[in-house]
Amino acid sequence: MRRGNPAVRALPLAPALVLLLLFLAGPIAYCVWIAFTDLQLTGQAHSSFVGLANFRRAFRDDAFLHAVRLTLVFTVLSSLIGQNTLGLALAALMKRASKPVRTLTGGIVVTAWVLPEVVAGFLLYAFFRREGTLNAILDWLHLPRQNWLFTLPVLAVSFANVWRGTAFSMLVYSAALDEIPAEITEAAEVDGAGGWRRLWHITLPMIRRSIGTNLMLNTLQTLSVFGLIWVMTRGGPGNRSQTLPLYMYEQAFQNSMIGYGTAVALLLLVVGSLFSVVYLRLLRTEV
Amino acid sequence: MPVRPTAALPLLLTTALAATALTACGSGSGSSPDTVKVSYKQSTDNSVKVMDTYLAGIKKQFEHEHPGKKVEFVPIKAPDAEYYTKLQQMLRSPRTAPDLVYEDTFLINSDITSGYLKPLDPYLAKWPDWGQFVGTAKAAAKGQDGKTYGVPDGTDTRGLWFDKRVFRKAGLPTDWQPKTWDDILAAARTIKRKVPGVVALNVYTGKPAGERATMQGFEMLLYGTGDGTRDPLYDSGSKKWITGSQGFEDSLKFVETVYRDKLGPDVSDALDPNFNTTVNGELLPQGKLGIALDGSWLPQAWLPGSGHEWPDWSKQLGLAAMPTQNGQAPGKVSMSGGWTWSIPAKAGNPDLAFEFVRTMQTKDNARKWYIANSGIAVRKDVAADPAYAGAQPGIRFFTDLVASTHYRPAYPAYPKVSTAVQEAMEGVTTGDLSVAEAASGYDATVEDVTGGRVVRK
Repeated sequence: MRRGNPAVRALPLAPALVLLLLFLAGPIAYCVWIAFTDLQLTGQAHSSFVGLANFRRAFRDDAFLHAVRLTLVFTVLSSLIGQNTLGLALAALMKRASKPVRTLTGGIVVTAWVLPEVVAGFLLYAFFRREGTLNAILDWLHLPRQNWLFTLPVLAVSFANVWRGTAFSMLVYSAALDEIPAEITEAAEVDGAGGWRRLWHITLPMIRRSIGTNLMLNTLQTLSVFGLIWVMTRGGPGNRSQTLPLYMYEQAFQNSMIGYGTAVALLLLVVGSLFSVVYLRLLRTEV
Repeated sequence: MPVRPTAALPLLLTTALAATALTACGSGSGSSPDTVKVSYKQSTDNSVKVMDTYLAGIKKQFEHEHPGKKVEFVPIKAPDAEYYTKLQQMLRSPRTAPDLVYEDTFLINSDITSGYLKPLDPYLAKWPDWGQFVGTAKAAAKGQDGKTYGVPDGTDTRGLWFDKRVFRKAGLPTDWQPKTWDDILAAARTIKRKVPGVVALNVYTGKPAGERATMQGFEMLLYGTGDGTRDPLYDSGSKKWITGSQGFEDSLKFVETVYRDKLGPDVSDALDPNFNTTVNGELLPQGKLGIALDGSWLPQAWLPGSGHEWPDWSKQLGLAAMPTQNGQAPGKVSMSGGWTWSIPAKAGNPDLAFEFVRTMQTKDNARKWYIANSGIAVRKDVAADPAYAGAQPGIRFFTDLVASTHYRPAYPAYPKVSTAVQEAMEGVTTGDLSVAEAASGYDATVEDVTGGRVVRK
């Protein structure tokens, strides 16, 4: 084969590259730039470069640190523990269930997943609110009622995120469980391994990669949840359910401090990357 | 070097695509010179169509009087806080800037500083009706450069609405006029004791209520402290924000008392972002609220066609001026704000936009608007018009309050100061913070958001 000039050979890639630079890298670079300025939405004629001031400000700001803590609680509670474990449990149960049960359960779970975030938010607002479904059920059971969105806002929005996001984990784990060769499980059964032993020594090690991928995708998705919390609590009462995306929105759009808000967004990106690094290491280790 | 046709084709296509995309970004407003685009705040309550109906009528008249010209509405359906954000984003770019916008005086100075708005002085100089507008209202839309950036379409005042049905049951007088804050609390305590199942007193509070909490709630208290001659929030002499004031703590104390003693609504209701809809649409009409510290525009929610018709409201509700803290002069207090029509700096058709303002602000149309939205007139000719004064009970009461009203220091830092007020209120409302803690938190936040331009009083 004739080897041409590398520049000419790369030419077909150029259009895609130009488009990527223009519409993807461009805005991202612009955002990074804004994070180092004092740009405001209103109240200012010109913005200027302020270096790391926005980032220093964030780490001095109690509200920011509070939002970081809440974001971690929300992520661990709803993504790591909730979506992940429940998704695996559902996938395992459905593997044994009869076909009609499987179809029905799958259908219900996936419906929660395909609903737009805001619609799901309203549904769960209606469920948790003072005159909502949950309290109606509690009344019927003669149990004490609560204003859940007021007394336990983080728990309520975490539950909402589990409700909405479990389907994804379930689908991932269903696919992974189907990959486990039947003869290995049968051999283990013949050797006398019980359910828990099989889970611990066969199933989990064999789907380890799926667990890593699933955890990573779930975590990144959960870190950026905004609509669900906004609709249900608006980050309130006070700042009691104000996770980083809501804090960022408040600073950028309600207090008009776009520069500071963007800096917070970049810090959120850092939190996401930290999680990703941990999961990637988990993926790399061989059994 | 020959370029293969397979490579040339996509390259050409991309260049063309990128070029169109780029030029689309760079070109002007893209609106036709015969169309005037008007943005306004549409109510989030679908049954409230007051503004939509009014503007539709003006559009018809305008298009009739200006053959060949068209009016296109770009309504923004959002709660207050999100309306400002959306509007500011639109104003940033000539592609999205409408020709005419509805601006809250709360933010107008901030938007003027940003260079979003066009000075209207050349238009106003040639407009005879401008002489009819009262001075205070004109000042509300004036920038620090002395130019005017908006035509006000009314103002508002605030006071105490009380339910005579509830007062009768509680054995309180139905011509009630409290002299001090303690009188208000005493009446609320009586209601709580004698009329169970009724919210005794509503004072908007906390971040979810936004500027409503600051203005209808906190500032109605704060401006009634001190000697009544100085602005308790901003010191215009030194151009600094005031911290550490006794009046601030006293006002927080009042809010704390209302919620700690359960004179107000359930805290979780008070902190629901849509609570005002409950107050206007349910609590007041159903006789479930004794006293409401609220604005002059409330009857707008009860007019025919509003969705919560309540023609009898004036028989069942009484009005009282908000007293100063200890009854000190001038005895009563009110806050005023209002909205103006402004032309964005990046508007494509500013001349036509001002023509539209002139159509809206003929004496007849202005009167129609004040009556429709329960607004307080800022035009002398309308204020003197018996058709306006007699259109609705309460108009006279609220128009008289203009004499003892205050305007907010609506400088660029104000929205952030206002958020700090809401956070302090929320802290004492939920009981998470003591009054002293909330006040010192406010001081620290204000120092931070104003870049240290504070003075301790």
